[in-house]
Amino acid sequence: MQLSAGARREGSPWTGVWAVFLKEVADHLSSTRMRILEVLILLSAVGAVYAGARTLQQTVSEDPFLLLQVFTAAQDPLPSFVAFLSFFLPLAAIALGFDAINSEYNRNTLSRVLAQPIYRDALLWGKFLAGLATLALILLALFLLVVGLSLIFLGVPPNTEEVARALLFLLATLAYAGVWLGIALLFSVLFRSAATSALAAIAVWLFFALFWGIIAQLLAQAVSPYDPFRPESELRQAEALVAFSRVSPNTLYAEAIQVLLNPAVRSLGPVLITQLQGALLGSPLPLGQSLLLAWPQLTGLIALTLLLFALTYVLFQRREVRA
Amino acid sequence: MVIETQGLSKRYGKVVAVEDLNLRIEAGEVYGLLGPNGSGKTTTILMMLGLTEPSGGTVRVLGLDPVREPLSLKKQVGYLPDSVGFYSEMTAWENLAYIARLNGLPRAEAEARIARVLERMGLAEVAHRPVSAFSRGMRQRLGLAEVLLKEPKVVILDEPTLGLDPEAAQAFLQMIQGLKAEGITVLLSSHLLHQVQAICDRVGLFHKGRLVLEGRVEELAQRVLGGAYRIRLGASPLEGLQARLQALPEVSRVSLEDGEVRLEATQDVRPLVARTVLEAGAALHSLALEKPSLDEVYARYFQEVRHAA
Ligand SMILES: Nc1ncnc2c1ncn2[C@@H]1O[C@H](COP(=O)(O)OP(=O)(O)OP(=O)(O)O)[C@@H](O)[C@H]1O
Ligand SMILES: [Mg+2]
Repeated sequence: MQLSAGARREGSPWTGVWAVFLKEVADHLSSTRMRILEVLILLSAVGAVYAGARTLQQTVSEDPFLLLQVFTAAQDPLPSFVAFLSFFLPLAAIALGFDAINSEYNRNTLSRVLAQPIYRDALLWGKFLAGLATLALILLALFLLVVGLSLIFLGVPPNTEEVARALLFLLATLAYAGVWLGIALLFSVLFRSAATSALAAIAVWLFFALFWGIIAQLLAQAVSPYDPFRPESELRQAEALVAFSRVSPNTLYAEAIQVLLNPAVRSLGPVLITQLQGALLGSPLPLGQSLLLAWPQLTGLIALTLLLFALTYVLFQRREVRA
Repeated sequence: MVIETQGLSKRYGKVVAVEDLNLRIEAGEVYGLLGPNGSGKTTTILMMLGLTEPSGGTVRVLGLDPVREPLSLKKQVGYLPDSVGFYSEMTAWENLAYIARLNGLPRAEAEARIARVLERMGLAEVAHRPVSAFSRGMRQRLGLAEVLLKEPKVVILDEPTLGLDPEAAQAFLQMIQGLKAEGITVLLSSHLLHQVQAICDRVGLFHKGRLVLEGRVEELAQRVLGGAYRIRLGASPLEGLQARLQALPEVSRVSLEDGEVRLEATQDVRPLVARTVLEAGAALHSLALEKPSLDEVYARYFQEVRHAA
């Protein structure tokens, strides 16, 4: 349909993106749902950092990566800051995107907007980028808060590498949030009712958060069963498990931030002793090497986002404008 | 030619929404699309704006193809959908400012235009109130304000008077007529026939996706009503009168409606009718020649279609 004419159409598909972007960001920042999310994320972040810093104050004396430890340290009832983020961020992204397109239908504004000189892509891009920018804003604010708090609690300023790693961690987190924003946007095109769309997105999130680990295990066992007479079959199964669990954006994100925030991590997935020959165990990996290690995971997250976006685009292109 | 379609058709699966439509609308014309529900008016309009893709045939609006050149087309064509919605938490001004930005208007220009169109639509006082507090009529006027914001050459209105009270509808139609005075070409669809008759230069009647009748209202009346003179007669008593009138050679039809007699004749036979009434010993209350109305054309056309079926 519209796609067939895509290559020959006049003008830039970006016409109007900026206008949509500005409106959507303004909407997000003033919306009540944003307020709720902010409070939720803020409270949990402060709690986690406080608890993490307390633990570190007692136990750590000489660690060159104190700030990074604040991110990952957990104290018993409270999970770490990173754990909080990976839990809440998908929810925040879903909250910003689940009614992006269907609300335009439900308010009868879509045909009016699309009667302006813009392409449908501009509307999608504008909304997606606005969601991403809003999330980036939240993340940046949180980041500054955490750095500030850890300065207060620990009294040690972070070094350059720590800051670089922390910023890369932020970028990875943004890419991860992008995946969930993509899912929310897709569902907002797919489902006419905003409530259905929100529920569906949350269902996907629950599926990956709770069930995918179990399913990946079952799949790995089915694909390469363990054979006690072939010792290498155990490795095959472990590899299959890693491969299956990497279908989930949660796994990709967890692996990426594990590498970025913990310089001691030298490889991901099952490792043979022979592969570790010559490696100094426990010595920190340089930043460039860590980035290289996390690269497939990061590009995986970005590719997944783009894939979701492309799918959304195709579906939206085929939708009739009238409700 | 401002709007031109050739063999335009649209199918949704098996449903034929529009079929082989050939429409030519000239600059400065006000054209009315009529037809029962589901006859394809909205679909035609959406195809003209490139909001839905034709299954066959071509459309040109201002010489532009809505599929290939949607941006330059939509810069010059204003569209008011049949169900207008606004961002209700934003004010009227903010809603228009968003549309102005989507049109790429520079800020100062946009502000001047917004002030002007709101003033023109009588919304200047409520410009900074959220649209959620607007009545149906105010929303509709805001919709027209938005259409005028881009200073269009062509305006397409889908059922612009839907849900308006008679007075508001009348005022709205006057605004539409004002557009014609500015040289803007107007295409509108409506179910309110007497209003369409009042403001449209030409009308097209849709039936099951086809344009079945087209032309000036008088022409259509000529064609559908057989060029008859229609006379309304009030007299009493009516007994026996009907048969006498029917016997007149020029009278082709006599019917009783609301206690009045309606005659169709090949000539203006009012003097003859008057004499007949008086000769029958009845009292004559009123006698008038009716102008052909679109309502009648419409009703008669579909009556005939039903008979034929
Ligand atoms: N998305 C769609 N899928 C399938 N059929 C559709 C779709 N949209 C419209 N139709 C069909 O196309 C036909 C024409 O509809 P259209 O809305 O153009 O009529 P209309 O003349 O505007 O009617 P109304 O006076 O009620 O507004 C109808 O039979 C309708 O059922
Ligand atoms: Mg319609």
